[in-house]
This record gives sequence, structure tokens and C-alpha cells, in this order.
Amino acid sequence: MIEDLEENWSKPCGCCEGWWACEGVVRLSKWQGLQIIALGPTFLQWDHLRFICVIVSLKFLASGSSFFSRVVTMEPMACGWTDAPHSMGTTIMAVEYDGGVIMGADSRTTTGVYVANRASDKITQLTDNVYICRSGSAADSQVVSDYVRYFLNQHTIQLGRPATVKTASTLVKELSYQNKSFLETGLIVGGWDKYEGGSVYGIPLGGTLLRLPFATGGSGSSYLYGFLDQAWKPNMTQDEAEKLVVKSISLAIARDGASGGVVRTVTINEKGVQRKFHPGDKLELFYEEIPPRPSSLLAKS
Amino acid sequence: MRWESYNGGHEASEEEKQVYVGRSLMASSRPFTLMPTPGGPITHTQHPYVTGTSVLGLKYKDGVLIAADTAGSYGSTTRYKSVERLKQISNNTVLGATGEISDFQALTQLLDRLIVTDAMWDDGNNLGPLDIHNFLTRVMYNRRNKFDPLWNSLILGGVKNGVKYLGSVSMIGVHFVDQHIATGFGIHLAQPIFRSEWKENMTLEEGRKLLEKALLVLFYRDRSAINKIQIANITEDGVRISQPYALKPTWNFKAFKNPSSATPGTW
Repeated sequence: MIEDLEENWSKPCGCCEGWWACEGVVRLSKWQGLQIIALGPTFLQWDHLRFICVIVSLKFLASGSSFFSRVVTMEPMACGWTDAPHSMGTTIMAVEYDGGVIMGADSRTTTGVYVANRASDKITQLTDNVYICRSGSAADSQVVSDYVRYFLNQHTIQLGRPATVKTASTLVKELSYQNKSFLETGLIVGGWDKYEGGSVYGIPLGGTLLRLPFATGGSGSSYLYGFLDQAWKPNMTQDEAEKLVVKSISLAIARDGASGGVVRTVTINEKGVQRKFHPGDKLELFYEEIPPRPSSLLAKS
Repeated sequence: MRWESYNGGHEASEEEKQVYVGRSLMASSRPFTLMPTPGGPITHTQHPYVTGTSVLGLKYKDGVLIAADTAGSYGSTTRYKSVERLKQISNNTVLGATGEISDFQALTQLLDRLIVTDAMWDDGNNLGPLDIHNFLTRVMYNRRNKFDPLWNSLILGGVKNGVKYLGSVSMIGVHFVDQHIATGFGIHLAQPIFRSEWKENMTLEEGRKLLEKALLVLFYRDRSAINKIQIANITEDGVRISQPYALKPTWNFKAFKNPSSATPGTW
């Protein structure tokens, strides 16, 4: 039975197309047999309400006179979540240390309550030596970074030397400020140049530009104000700064629903850029969290 | 099929579909102005995000003193604690701003261009505080008329040819000059103190003490204010903006120690 279901998983329904197949499944199942078998969460529309349901098994009966279907959970969901814009609730952070910067972020992108991408990369490159952490609307932050990358590319060619972090940040600020009524994105620019060494610039909503020794952003940053007030110290080494970033993002992930997944860090200094990946199951455990262990369901019998 | 469910059955016209696409893509909880709907009014009125609180100013014997704290609030959170809200504009004027910091940064950029252009004339005369105040008034009022204000209340102070100048402009273009001025919460808490204790020809020390007194009251009673302040001193000789320093609050009152002993549950 289970094998059959797995084979037929996500086959398009013969009677209607795309996600309407689910509607077709429920309606047709009243008087016809079913062809589609769906496992896992799916959504259907019934009049004006949308339901999320887990259809565990649906059986096709040749006679067509009856059907078997088990809908495990069915709860009305706010209409918006399938249309909700992609948002990186997020926790982002950048810390300046003696010789460079460490940029860190979580990896969760949500559309409403659904996690659209659990391994997104929110630390985006602008130039070889300048990176940007993106939060808020995924679309807005992507388009701003794309424009700035394009401008900086031309600027670097004309200038004949690497762009400064200040220049990159000012470009980001110009776009954020001049389009403040249309954009919903908080950004942190960080990098290394030979004039200032490592620098971090925060560009929150509204387009204010502030150079800071460290910056946080995104919905998860609310949980870090107290922690960083106590834990951040000036003149940290690279190692201390990196540990601080990983711990902070892990703490935010622990409490913020819009943050999760892995912790990505990017270290930028005179020598270059180094990306690191801290998987979600290897992060430090905090209050009330317990160590995970392999599921007994997967044990071979 | 989707339009049917929204409109109760009839097929939506092309224009209606456009409107609904616009509405559904822009979730209504967003605080931003929506893209203008076809045929509708254009409204750009913003909401402030990162804001600064009160700015205070007063004239003393040798010049003008302007003070502000260094907090940048993000709603109810004190998000940034080292924001410069006093900027030197030319060698004889200082501008302080309450409200949206990004708009203040844009204003200082604009004023910088104004001052540089003025200096390039190299005609022996430079814009004084009154001229800059007038310029700012026009800018703020014109933006207000376009329903796209710079979300700031400004205090401009300076000295030119021995004449001390202290003026204020609000985000809708209301402007005036006075011997002592405050913006934001300072209007309600600091101005009464100034009205009662300011006098002509105070010394620098007296002026500073009066400002610090008002700033301390604001620290106690304004939730967006922090303890870290800056004072700018403008005289005929030039502008000096102090490094940020902190005021010492007083909490050691007997009545503060156990206020609910006589009346439990009192707030």
C-alpha cells in the first residue's frame, strides 16, 4: 500500500490541472473514483476558504460507487498564505573585527507561515570585497542588490581599483531612501577595503545610513538586543567575532519563527572571502531544547 | 476561476483584474503607500522608521547652544545609541533634527550642496543662519504641499556678524524664531523650564546647566530619550559640537524605595 502511494505521489490528476487537482480530488471523490494520490500537505479551495489537508491515502475503486479517503487534518487557513509575498523574516548580522568583518545570517524564507526555502542564502555578493545581508521582502532586497552589483561593476571598471565599502553602502542607501514608499527591506553592507579596513554599514527601513561596529537586522534581531548589549566587546579577534555571530544567530533561530535552518557566515578580510556553513542540527542547544536522534521509523527491520 | 470567487461569479474586466492583482500582491498589512491604482490619487505620505527625539536650543551671551541626545529609535525600541542628530552646516550654523533620520541625512546632503555652491561664488559673503532657515522653510513647505514631507522638526542656530539666530521649522513648514526653542517632547517638557528660567545674557555655564536640566527631565519622562547627549556651541568664532557624554540621573529618593508599602498595588 505504502509503495503504491509513493509511486503515484504528485502525479497530475486526470480531470483537472495544477493545484486545482486537489479541488478535483475532493469534489470528484463524491461520485467517481480517484486517480490522484497525494501524500503530505496540500491545499484545496472550497468556495472562499482554503484548507490545508494531509491526504494520506485515496483509493480508486473500479465500481466507482464508493471511495476511500482519509483526510488527516483539515483546518481553515488564512487565504493569504499561498499568495503571501516571499519574505525573509530573518536574522542577519555583521560584526567588525580587527582586520575584517564577519557577516552572518539564517537560511529561512517564508511565504506567510510556509517555509518556502529552508536553505536560502541571504548573504549576497556585491563585489569581490563587499557583501550584503538581506532581510525583509525577498524580492525587494534582491532587486536592490542586483542594481547595486550592476552599478559597482561599472564603477570598479572605471575607477580601476576595488570599490570601497562606503561607496557600496551609499549606493544601497540611495536606492533604499529614494524608493522608501515602495521598498520593505532592511540591509547590512559589510566588507574590507584598504582605506578603512573592515567596515559595517546598517541600512534599516527608510534608508538611514549608519556606520556601526556591529549591526543586526530582521525579525530575529529583536531577540538579540539584550544578548549583544552584554556579549559584544570592541576589538574582538576573528575567532571571537565568528563565535559571537554563530551564537547570536542560533539564539535568534531558537525563538523567532521567521528564522531557521542553517547559519551561514562570510568572513571578509584582506586575504579574501571565506564562506562557512553551520548546519541546523550542529548548532548549540539552548533552554528546553533536546539533542536530536535518528528516527526509529527509518530503522531497518 | 480565481476571479469568480472574489467577485461572486461574474468575469472581472481587465481593469478590475489589474486592481486585484495589485491588491493581492501588496499585502494590506504593509505600512507602505501602495502603488497608485489607475485613476486614484497619488499619496506618498510616509511613516517614520528610525527617529530621533527632542532637540533643544537657547541663546546665551556669546552665542547659541543646541542640544540633543544620540538615540535612534525604531518604534519603541532604542535601536541605535550613537546617532549624530546635530550637524554643522557651515562655519557659523548648526542644524538639529527630530524625526526620521534618513530624511535628516538627505537634508544635510542638500544643505551641503547649498553651502558649497554659495562658497563657489567667492563673493565675500556667505549664507548666514537666517538665509539657511529660510531655505529650509521653503524646502519643508514645498514637500508638504506635495504630500511627501521630510518627516523632521528642525532647529537651526547660528551667529553672524554678532547677531545670534535661533529658529525652528516643522515638517509642514511652520517656522519661527525665538530666544529658546524645543522640538518633539521638548515642546511639552523643556519649553516650560526655559520660559521660567531662561534670562538674557546667560554665561556658557549657565546655559549649559539649563540645557542639561531640561535634558535630564526628558530622560526621565520621554521613553525615546537616552542618557547620552551632545551639545553644540555656536559663537562668532565658530562651531564646537561636544563629544557625546552622559548625564547623571537621580533615583535615590526615599519615596522611590518602597512606594507601595502604604497602598499595595499602587502604580
